[in-house]
Amino acid sequence: MHFLEFEKPIAEIEGKIAELRHMSDGDGINIAEEVSRLQGKVNKDLRSTYAKLTPWQKTQVARHPERPHCLDYISALITDFLPLAGDRNYSEDAAVIGGLGRFQGRSVMVIGQEKGHNTESRLKHNFGMARPEGYRKARRLMELADRFSLPVLTLVDTAGAYPGVGAEERGQAEAIARCIETCLNLRVPIISMIIGEGGSGGAIALATGNVVLMLEHSIYSVISPEGCASILWRDGDQAKTAAEALKLTAQDLDRLGIIDGIITEPVGGAHRNHQEVFSKVRDIIANHLQDLLSVEGGQLRARRREKYLAIGRLSET
Amino acid sequence: MNWLTNFVRPKIKRLVQPREVPDNLWLQCPACSEMVFHRELQKNLKVCPHCDHHLRVSAKERLAILFDNQKWTEIELPSVQVDPLKFRDRKKYTDRLKESQAKTGLKDAAVVAHGTMGGLNVVVAAFEFSFLGGSMGAAVGEAIVAAAELAVLQEAPLIVVPSSGGARMQEGILSLMQMARTTVAVDRVREKNLPYVVLLTDPTTGGVTASFAMLGDVQVAEPGAIIGFAGARVIEQTIRETLPEGFQRAEYLKEHGMVDMVVHRQDLRDTLVQLLSLLLHRDPAAPVVALDDPSRKQKRPRRRIDAKQLTSPPPDPSVPDAGLFDPDSNGDGSDKA
Ligand SMILES: [Zn+2]
Repeated sequence: MHFLEFEKPIAEIEGKIAELRHMSDGDGINIAEEVSRLQGKVNKDLRSTYAKLTPWQKTQVARHPERPHCLDYISALITDFLPLAGDRNYSEDAAVIGGLGRFQGRSVMVIGQEKGHNTESRLKHNFGMARPEGYRKARRLMELADRFSLPVLTLVDTAGAYPGVGAEERGQAEAIARCIETCLNLRVPIISMIIGEGGSGGAIALATGNVVLMLEHSIYSVISPEGCASILWRDGDQAKTAAEALKLTAQDLDRLGIIDGIITEPVGGAHRNHQEVFSKVRDIIANHLQDLLSVEGGQLRARRREKYLAIGRLSET
Repeated sequence: MNWLTNFVRPKIKRLVQPREVPDNLWLQCPACSEMVFHRELQKNLKVCPHCDHHLRVSAKERLAILFDNQKWTEIELPSVQVDPLKFRDRKKYTDRLKESQAKTGLKDAAVVAHGTMGGLNVVVAAFEFSFLGGSMGAAVGEAIVAAAELAVLQEAPLIVVPSSGGARMQEGILSLMQMARTTVAVDRVREKNLPYVVLLTDPTTGGVTASFAMLGDVQVAEPGAIIGFAGARVIEQTIRETLPEGFQRAEYLKEHGMVDMVVHRQDLRDTLVQLLSLLLHRDPAAPVVALDDPSRKQKRPRRRIDAKQLTSPPPDPSVPDAGLFDPDSNGDGSDKA
């Protein structure tokens, strides 16, 4: 298990537990009592630490390498998955995963960013940073979903759209803009989930949904704390301060009315218990999907558009 | 290096007509040069058992691969004006037509059929490459139009399987116009929200690629298939550069965003059924495999089709094979310079 900086004290106790277990293998000393005492302490510490994570700590959790990623959700929640590829213009972009599949037996379109889990897969998926082709592929698949009345599920997890010369030349901005526009125009339900990092334009391109949900320790922001610190504070080391200022946590965004719900994570974060996350996410998607499927297509579209127009607007009272 | 010039017993090639080629024939795989027993190749859906090279299949073989129980109903295609330009190159176009008709037993280079795939009613239009290189003239255009109309009428998905050098030069501008006609036809299918799937096979080039063959809702390709607009040789001569490895192959096209998936012929039917079932909100078709089994893809045994069902003639010796296909030729290769 990869431990984050603030998890050090917990890691030490967990190390002690492992040591005790190892010792008992040899001489049969009964250590059950001590192990259970220490395990109790770990749980208590995890609970209290994770209950008051700072925005910067949440940023670390959101980026935790063992956090479930897009493809983990797909293999847990989607059956019969059939990946589709390509933007029909320039390239396939493996940063964006897209395809047909079944959610609880119902045909759906799933689109998301995949960060990868080891060096090889991270390179393959470009660390979840899509190029224009990725957004054009997403758009194509959303339009396909619209034509065949397939609800769209998006799984957002990206540091941001890929910054590069080629990406600029091929219209990164236009690709994102059209992707947002397409999200807004669909006549099928879109349920978006920020499962880790919701980095800027690269995230909203896939997250303009009827329902936008965030995992408890995920983040969603106009810029990364590091980027913000170096621009506004002119000091990359101020990332922690920037993280506070940006209001990027799920709790902040819920308060601001940007998102429609928070999905509680297991004690100690999603990376500590993937199955628990999947089963929660499954239930929540199922509920929202059932609600949205009873709404006529034109209404779904109109509501989605109104929802975004209303964000941040001062209410007339 | 046409794939039967490497024949072990060249005499037989001269003596017998393709239809009468005995079962005990050995063929050399054009990709790996291994010898393959003809019957084994047929059983393996014409995929080389040594190197997985996908050899071309005839239109009828294609239908047998796709439809349930190798059963389908072929539709009669509307007649078209024959040889409208009274075209003659080194040979009269009407003679070329007659030769191809005699050779293939088909009226022209495409057949249209309907039947079921995984229980779903589907319309398929398949190209016959050995008929003048699968080139698209008025008759082929009419086949695509008829297939699209049938799909709309039956509210069925349409699968088109091109294998074509492009437009048929012998019909001049009328063949060019098929690009527009076929585009209208497939758009009508799409407007009805019926799935339009293109299965790109070796080769799909020229005016065929630049019209209906690139317009599928989902684009599927067979491994190694040459797919492109201009012929590789033409491009090489124009730019005076060596083309990259795998240029215009199906895998290259996928990397460049043009196709959704490259599917092995053994998995083709199942994948297409899966695709159509998902798009049409149907339950997974029989044979049902447990839905929650993530290893399904790995565990699934490759589907075998009874060789006896593939009754069409063995590969035509006069047809050049993949990679060596000359887009400038009319594809029948009978009198190549
Ligand atoms: Zn071979």
